Amino acid sequence: MEDKVILLDLWSSSFAMRVKIALAEKGIEYDCKAENLFDKSPLLLEMNPTHKRVPVLIHNGKPICESLVIVEYIDEVWHDKSPLLSSDPYQRSEARFWADYVDKKIFGIGKRVWSSKGEDQEAAKKELIEYLKTMEEELGEKHFFGGDTIGFVDVALVPITSWFYTFETYGNFSIEAECPKIIAWAKRCLGKESVAKSLPHPHNIYAYALGLKKKFGSA
Amino acid sequence: MSKGGEIVLLDCWVSPFCIRVKIALAEKGVEYETRAEEDLFGDKSDLLLTSNPIHKKVPVLLHNGKPLCESTIIVNYIDETWPSPPLLPTSTYNRAQARFWADFIDKKVFDAGHNIWASKGVVPETAKKDFIEILKQLEGALGEKDFFGGDSFGFLDIILIPLTSWFYTIEKFGGFEVKEVCPKISAWMNRCMERETVAKVLPDPEKVYEFAIMIRKMLGIE
Repeated sequence: MEDKVILLDLWSSSFAMRVKIALAEKGIEYDCKAENLFDKSPLLLEMNPTHKRVPVLIHNGKPICESLVIVEYIDEVWHDKSPLLSSDPYQRSEARFWADYVDKKIFGIGKRVWSSKGEDQEAAKKELIEYLKTMEEELGEKHFFGGDTIGFVDVALVPITSWFYTFETYGNFSIEAECPKIIAWAKRCLGKESVAKSLPHPHNIYAYALGLKKKFGSA
Repeated sequence: MSKGGEIVLLDCWVSPFCIRVKIALAEKGVEYETRAEEDLFGDKSDLLLTSNPIHKKVPVLLHNGKPLCESTIIVNYIDETWPSPPLLPTSTYNRAQARFWADFIDKKVFDAGHNIWASKGVVPETAKKDFIEILKQLEGALGEKDFFGGDSFGFLDIILIPLTSWFYTIEKFGGFEVKEVCPKISAWMNRCMERETVAKVLPDPEKVYEFAIMIRKMLGIE
């Protein structure tokens, strides 16, 4: 039976980008359905009743939710191409640890960096830089977190880099000045087709953020 | 040397996250040494700070000297390193469902409970409602099964059951009983407690309650 794969998506969601990169790495064809988060489709509400959010992968009619759970699922199902996780349990645990760190710390602080003001924003900027520096240490001299090729941690982290221009513009700072290794790593990732075609242009993210600010009255 | 090498757990008796690891190791019949971190609010041991420099928290599992952190990740590691008996489901799809609900439990249960037992003054009705709603969602995931994975005790049961040692405390502050508002979860808890691997490591709920009282005093909530 041929696989039917659908992704419920939002182009600006860093979480959805993770899934798109993983699917592209594995060469999987899928149907991408764009969601409007202010008018959620019945399909989204049916497939993700717990959280009601994207991304949702629907594989042969069965839903999988939460981006890192989806990426692991994709890696297990299509395991014979471009493995994202090592087969060694210790290395898998390390990768899961760092992906969890990315989720808890970096993805968590992003919104505050671009949407808050004054002291709150300054504190958020400081935290973001601190977390990115920690990731730089973890990267070390490797090309990618996965070693010579992109892996689970690269997939988890790289989407947020499409938001860096927005953070920098609203926060009035340069991430490259503080974290040059992360920027160099991001450029290497963008050299891969799976990443380049899954990440939107940073200026489009900025326009999107501007639109959100106007809509919610804090521009 | 025990099955699988040298295994050390940096532990705290009252931490539901540490209890997850202890149950998983017991299910696999793996022997290990426990090192109690007594003073989590003051002086953390050098070993804890060097093995978990990022979060500086327990549990940390040291397997032949190599540290593993974050309880859900540690339980996954234990399952992959000692495959028998399996804790995660065999089907890829069911494994994804188990991971989804583990993530849900991690993000929701402890914090929602904390909003009740660490509440200053009167516990807000919204806090009680949120906690009960979360348990009802978990009842939905359990369905008519004996355990979250089906007929056998497994990964998701291990992720949730330690948090239930705090339910007595949450009930006392919240003024409700889990067995009345979520009878299925209560029945599932009783089934889990029949397992020696669980009963041996879950702390006495009264002791957890005394611990919570002490924390409240320490934080100036009393």
